Amino acid sequence: MSAPDARVRYLLRLGDTSLVLGQRLGEWVGHAPALEEDLGLANLALDFVGQARLLLSYAGELEGSGRDEDALAFLRDAHEFANLALAEQPNGDFGDTIVRQWLIDTWQLQLYAALSTSTDERLAAIAAKSLKETRYHHRFSSGWLARLGDGTPESHARVQASLENLWRFTGELFAPDAVDEAMAAAGIGPQLAGLEPAWSALIDADLKEATLRRPAPQPFPWHGKRGVHTEHLSHLLAEMQQLPRSLPGARW
Amino acid sequence: MTHPARHAGPEAHLWHLLSAVPDPEIPVLSIVDLGIVRHVRCSAEGGVSIGLTPTYSGCPATEVIRDSVRRQLDAHGYAHAVLEEVLSPPWSSEWLTAAGRAKLARFGIAPPVPPTAVPACPRCHSRATERLSEFGSTPCKSHHRCRACGEPFDHFKCI
Repeated sequence: MSAPDARVRYLLRLGDTSLVLGQRLGEWVGHAPALEEDLGLANLALDFVGQARLLLSYAGELEGSGRDEDALAFLRDAHEFANLALAEQPNGDFGDTIVRQWLIDTWQLQLYAALSTSTDERLAAIAAKSLKETRYHHRFSSGWLARLGDGTPESHARVQASLENLWRFTGELFAPDAVDEAMAAAGIGPQLAGLEPAWSALIDADLKEATLRRPAPQPFPWHGKRGVHTEHLSHLLAEMQQLPRSLPGARW
Repeated sequence: MTHPARHAGPEAHLWHLLSAVPDPEIPVLSIVDLGIVRHVRCSAEGGVSIGLTPTYSGCPATEVIRDSVRRQLDAHGYAHAVLEEVLSPPWSSEWLTAAGRAKLARFGIAPPVPPTAVPACPRCHSRATERLSEFGSTPCKSHHRCRACGEPFDHFKCI
């Protein structure tokens, strides 16, 4: 794989993770348990879609075949999406959404901090901007994790079950492949393994606050960043892409 | 069309024009008050470049602002001006000008205070306020309530 190809694929991974998570959070609009949380989840969704636009636009420019952010978001199929499998997991109940969000926020805190010193200046600028947003995303998700975990026996049991269910997708966060290694060698991306200790320490601190138990490590059969997804992504894309595919070039 | 002021001080004139473009979500603030105009550059050859930075990555107002700036420039003879997106350094609430902070307070939105501090009620100025939600009616605001006078209010977030 050539270095430019690896960089495009790396940007697609970052951009797709933000896009898919933004779409998932957007599904909550009008359905959250309280108006404040409805607004909160919608605000997060906007940030993720905004980050995705910056990353996908950049990927499209580097790719050089004329695909813009919209072409990348709306005209690719599931196997061409490179998001982490964790991001595409269904919203479930509010606790499932919070756990998914918190796992990704704790990860992005480490990732964006590292990427903000990337040798790729444009990526570094996007990461520095996103990091500011990720800090309040994490305040939101870890705050709810603590309230649900340290809430009633019912909320505690349910959010612990959410954690047990989603934990199997965290293995992918720290499993580098050729793209990650090429980016680390070029100083564009971090060594993934190097992010794990700080992530793990934050996870443990938040779990302690929430009186939750850390699940045992589990093998992961999905490699979202290489296009191997759970069945849920196709359903998400069907809804997200329906309009631009039915009415190509439609404008408001 | 040649604007007379362009020869006198084209950059100053452009800043003046931009300070008349309101933020679409908080119209009492201009985009200059908000601190999102990063640069105004005029070259000797007559080229004009305006640098704009987004507040939040996902702020839906970003495109509206771009269109408003375009219209304002077109209307005043700067149709050739180039708009650039500047991401670094990222915008923070520190970029809000002192004039902008005063306008916010008069409009009933508490100006940004650090996360460790408590915003004062824009109505009665009491510090006995509580945060209801970190997320308000737009991405840049959180929602609060004054325990002294009972008024709910928005606070321009500090990021």
